[in-house]
Amino acid sequence: MELYIRPDYEVVRNTDKCIACRVCERQCANGVHEYDPATGKMRADDSKCVNCHRCVSLCPTHALKIVKTDDTYRENANWGVQTINEVYRQANTGGVLLSSMGNPKPYPVFWDKLLLNASQVTNPPIDPLREPMETQLWLGKRTAKIERDEKGRLKDTLPPQLKLSVPILFSAMSYGSISYNAHESLARAAEELGIYYNTGEGGLHRDFYRYGKNTIVQVASGRFGVHKEYLEAAAAIEIKMGQGAKPGIGGHLPGAKISEDVSETRMIPQGVDAISPAPHHDIYSIEDLKQLVDSLKEATEHKKPIIVKIAAVHNAAAIASGIARSGADIIAIDGYRGGTGAAPTRIRDNVGIPIEMALAQIDERLRSEGIRDEVSIVVGGSIRSSADVVKAIALGADACYIGTAALLALGCHLCRSCHTGKCNWGIATQQPDLVKRLNPNYGYKRLVNLVTAWKHEIEEIMGGMGINSLEALRGNRLMLRGIGLTDTELRLLGVRYAGESL
Amino acid sequence: MKRIYVNEEWCLGCHLCEYECAFANSGISDMVRALKGKQIHPLIHIEDSGDVHFAVNCRHCKDPICVKSCISGALSKGKDGIVRIDRDKCVGCLTCVLVCPYGAVLPAPDGHAAMKCALCTDNGRGEPNCVKYCPNGAIVFETREEA
Amino acid sequence: MLQREGEFRNPSGCAVTGVIDRSGKKMTGESMIEAISVMHDRSNGLGGGFAGYGIYPHYKDFYAFHLFYETTKAQEETEAFLKRHFEIVYSSEIQTRKLPSVKNEPGIFRYFLAPLPRKLANSHLDEREYVARCVIRINAEMKDAYVFSSGKNMGIFKGVGYPEDIGRFYRLEEYEGYAWTCHGRYPTNTPGWWGGAHPFGLLDLSVVHNGEISSYDANRRYMEMFGYRCTLQTDTEVITYIVDYLLRKKGLTLQEIAHVIAASFWSTIANKEESAREQETLLRRMFPSLLITGPFSIILGYEGGLMALGDRLKLRSMVCAEKGDKAYISSEESAIRKIEPSLDRIFAPAGGEPVIYELYGRRD
Repeated sequence: MELYIRPDYEVVRNTDKCIACRVCERQCANGVHEYDPATGKMRADDSKCVNCHRCVSLCPTHALKIVKTDDTYRENANWGVQTINEVYRQANTGGVLLSSMGNPKPYPVFWDKLLLNASQVTNPPIDPLREPMETQLWLGKRTAKIERDEKGRLKDTLPPQLKLSVPILFSAMSYGSISYNAHESLARAAEELGIYYNTGEGGLHRDFYRYGKNTIVQVASGRFGVHKEYLEAAAAIEIKMGQGAKPGIGGHLPGAKISEDVSETRMIPQGVDAISPAPHHDIYSIEDLKQLVDSLKEATEHKKPIIVKIAAVHNAAAIASGIARSGADIIAIDGYRGGTGAAPTRIRDNVGIPIEMALAQIDERLRSEGIRDEVSIVVGGSIRSSADVVKAIALGADACYIGTAALLALGCHLCRSCHTGKCNWGIATQQPDLVKRLNPNYGYKRLVNLVTAWKHEIEEIMGGMGINSLEALRGNRLMLRGIGLTDTELRLLGVRYAGESL
Repeated sequence: MKRIYVNEEWCLGCHLCEYECAFANSGISDMVRALKGKQIHPLIHIEDSGDVHFAVNCRHCKDPICVKSCISGALSKGKDGIVRIDRDKCVGCLTCVLVCPYGAVLPAPDGHAAMKCALCTDNGRGEPNCVKYCPNGAIVFETREEA
Repeated sequence: MLQREGEFRNPSGCAVTGVIDRSGKKMTGESMIEAISVMHDRSNGLGGGFAGYGIYPHYKDFYAFHLFYETTKAQEETEAFLKRHFEIVYSSEIQTRKLPSVKNEPGIFRYFLAPLPRKLANSHLDEREYVARCVIRINAEMKDAYVFSSGKNMGIFKGVGYPEDIGRFYRLEEYEGYAWTCHGRYPTNTPGWWGGAHPFGLLDLSVVHNGEISSYDANRRYMEMFGYRCTLQTDTEVITYIVDYLLRKKGLTLQEIAHVIAASFWSTIANKEESAREQETLLRRMFPSLLITGPFSIILGYEGGLMALGDRLKLRSMVCAEKGDKAYISSEESAIRKIEPSLDRIFAPAGGEPVIYELYGRRD
C-alpha cells in the first residue's frame, strides 16, 4: 500500500494571464502541464513538479509561479514536514533516499560571517580602472631549487604548473551526469577565459580533446574512461579521492543517463547504473596514494601537475599534510555543501565539514609544517560569489572550483533533481530532446560573462584593500574579520573579530 | 541582407515564436489582451515531426515567385530586399499563397487578403520579435551567403 | 591600555634617509642627524633610529649585539643565554647622553660575540644561521629583553623620540662609518616601546621603511614557515626577514630580490626582452607570496652597500643623489640638499627599480 504524499510545491496559474499557448506543456519533461481541449484551459499536476522553473521562465505572459504548499501536518519542531514525508517515502519504497546538488540544510555559512578590509588614509586604495590589477596566478608546487647556468642566470627548476587568468576553475562534473552541451559550454568558456574545466570521472568525449590545454581530467575509483590518450590530452590530472557532497562513497550515475555516447566515453555498458567504488581499490593508505601519483606522473612524463581531490572531513588537515608529501602538486578540497548529480540524501546532508574550516586548518597545518609550497590549494563546495572567492584566497586558498555557480549560469534552477535525468534545462540529462535545450553557443558566453563579472569584482575588492596582485591576498588573513562567530570558530579560522584593530 | 534563419539543431519546438509573432503583429501592447482567447495567426510556423522541430517563415527570396505571380501588384521586393504586401492593393486571390514553396505567405484571418512576414519592419518592433524571444537562440537574424 | 609592538600589528608613516661613501671613507653620524632633522614633520616623536656600517673596526670579526632590557632579571637571563651560546669578547653599557626630550630609556647594552665552536658544530648550522636563530629566539621568548642589532662591524641605534634627538642621545657624532641610514617614525599608535623603533636589523642587514604594506599577513605567514617569527608585527620586520631569506638562504642577488618583492606587473614583464621576461617570470612563479604590495620605500643596509627600493606603483617618495664618492637616498630631496647642497646627479627611481650603491670593488 502506498501512502499518498502531498507534493511540496504547487503550480499556481493566473488564468487571467494564461493564453493557453502550451509552451509550459511542451517544455515540461515531467508532464506537469496539460491542455484541456474541453475547457480550452491549461491544468497542472503538482505531484510531478520538481520546481525547476522552466515553465515559469518561458511563460510569455508570466502567468505561472510555483509556491511552497501551505498544506501542513500538525506543527512539530522536531518532526518537520520533510522529515515525515521522507519516512513515508521510505516506507513506501524501502529505498535509500537520493538527492542531487549540495547540502541545502541551514548550517552556518562562514563566508557570510567574514568581513573584508579596505584601505583608509594610511594606505591608499588602488583604482582597478586606472591601475593594473593582477588576478593571474600559477597553480602547482613552488619548491624550486635555486640553480644557475654558466651565465649566472636562474634555471627553471619549477615542477609543471597551471597558469590561470583568474583564481577560478570549473569543478569536476562528468559527462553523463551533465550533458554534452553542458560540457561543450564549460570547455569553450575555460578556453576563452584562460582557465580550466574538469571532466569529472566520466572520461573525455572525443570531440573535446581539442580543448585539452584547458582540461583537467579526473581519475576516480571507477577509472571510467581512463586511458593513455585521455591522460595525455589534459593539462592536469586529478585523482578524485572524495567529493564534498558524499564523502566516503563513490560516484553514482543512474543507468537512465548512460546513453550510447556516454557509455562509449566511460567505457561501460549502456543503461546500467555506474557506481564507482567507495575507495580506490589500489589506495588503502597514504603510501598507496603516492604510488598512484607517481604512476600518473610517469605515464605523462612528469609534464603535468597532479591534483588530489578530497572531501572536507574531520581530519582534513592531517590528510592534506600526507597528500602534500605524496608528490601531488595541488590539493583540491571539496566542502560539504558541494554539489553532485546524485547522492544518498543522508550522506549529502550529514557528512563532512564546511570548506571554510577545512581550508583554514589545512593552510595553517601546511604552513606550520613548512610544506605549504609543496602544493597549491584549490577549494570548492560552495563558492557562490566573487566575495566568497576573495575570502577563500585571504584564508589561504590559491584558487576556487565553482560547480553549482557555473550550472546556475547555464540555467540550472537548483531543483535538485539531477538524478532523475530529466533536467528541463538540458544540463543534467542525456535525453536528446532535453540536451538540445542548452545551446552551447549561448551557454559558454554566459559562463564567460559570469567569470568576467567576478573578475571585475575581485579587482574592485582587492583594489579597495590596496592590494594589486592576487599573490599578496593569498593567506592574508588580516584582511578578514569575523562577525557572529564564537572564539573557537575564530581560532579555527585564524581571524580576529570585527572591531579588533590591526 | 539580414534574414531570419532557424537552426534546426537548437529549435525546441516550444512554439513561443508563433505567439511572439502574433503578438508583435497584433498592434496591441499587452500580450494577454492581444492573444487571450483568440485564434492566433502567426507569420512563422513550427513544423514538428517527432523530435525534429523547425520554424519556417518568409525567406525573402532573391527572385520571389510570389511577387512574380501577384496579379494586382500588391507584392513587391523593396530595395532593402524585404518582400512586402500592400493590403490595399491585394485583391485576395491568394495566388501567392499557392505558389510560395515555403508556405510562408498565408491568407489573412479576414480571408480578403494575404499576409506575410516583413521582419517586424512593419509593426514598430524594430527587430524580429521571434528572434528576440527564442529561448534557445535557434532563430537568428543575420546576413548569410545565399546559395 | 595601549599594547606594545608585537601585541598588535603596527603600521606607520615615516621618513627615511641614507648615505654611503663608496670609497670607504668614514663619516660620523652627525650628517645623518642633520639630514633627518629637515624631515622633522614626517616623524611624530614616537620613534627614531640609525644604522651605521663600518663603525666597529676593532671588533669587526665579532657579532655586535645591541640589547634593550626592561628589567635586570631579563638582563640576567639573557646574559646567561648568551653565555651558553657565545663567547662574550667584550660587553658594556652603551654610552648615552641625557636629554630632556628622550625619556624612559631601557637598559641599553652592547656585546661583541663569537659563537661557541662546539655549540655551533653540534647545531649543524652555518654560523650566520646559528646567530640569526639565537637572535630570533631571544626576541620571541625572552620577556623584557630585545636584540635590536646583531651584525658584524655595524650597529643600530634607536629609541622613542625624534630621530635627531635619538642620534644625539646615542652620541653618534662619536661613531664613524662608511654608510649610515636613518629613520623618523610616524606610527599611528604606539605606547613608545624602544624596540618598536626602526631601523630593524638581522645580522648585518638593516631596513628603514616608509609606508604601510597591504600584503603584510601574506608575507608574514609565508616567512614564518622558515623559522622567522614576526614578533613585532611591523612591515619593516617582515621586509628584513624576506630580504634575509632570499639573500642569505636562497642566494638571490639584490636585483633578483627586487624582482620578487617589487615585481613588475605581468603586463610589463610580457613586453620585456626574452631573457628578462624569462627570469622575472620565473622569480614571480617561485616566490609569489613574497610580493609586497601597498606603499613602501625602503633603504636596505648591508655590509658594503645600500639599496633603495620603492613599491611598484611608486606610492611613496624616494630620491637618490650622487656627489663624488658619496651617494644619498632620502624620502625628500631637502634632506640631501641640507647636507650636500651641490650634487652631481639627483633622480627619482621608478617604482620597483632598485638603486644599489656599494663600496668600490665590493663585488669582483
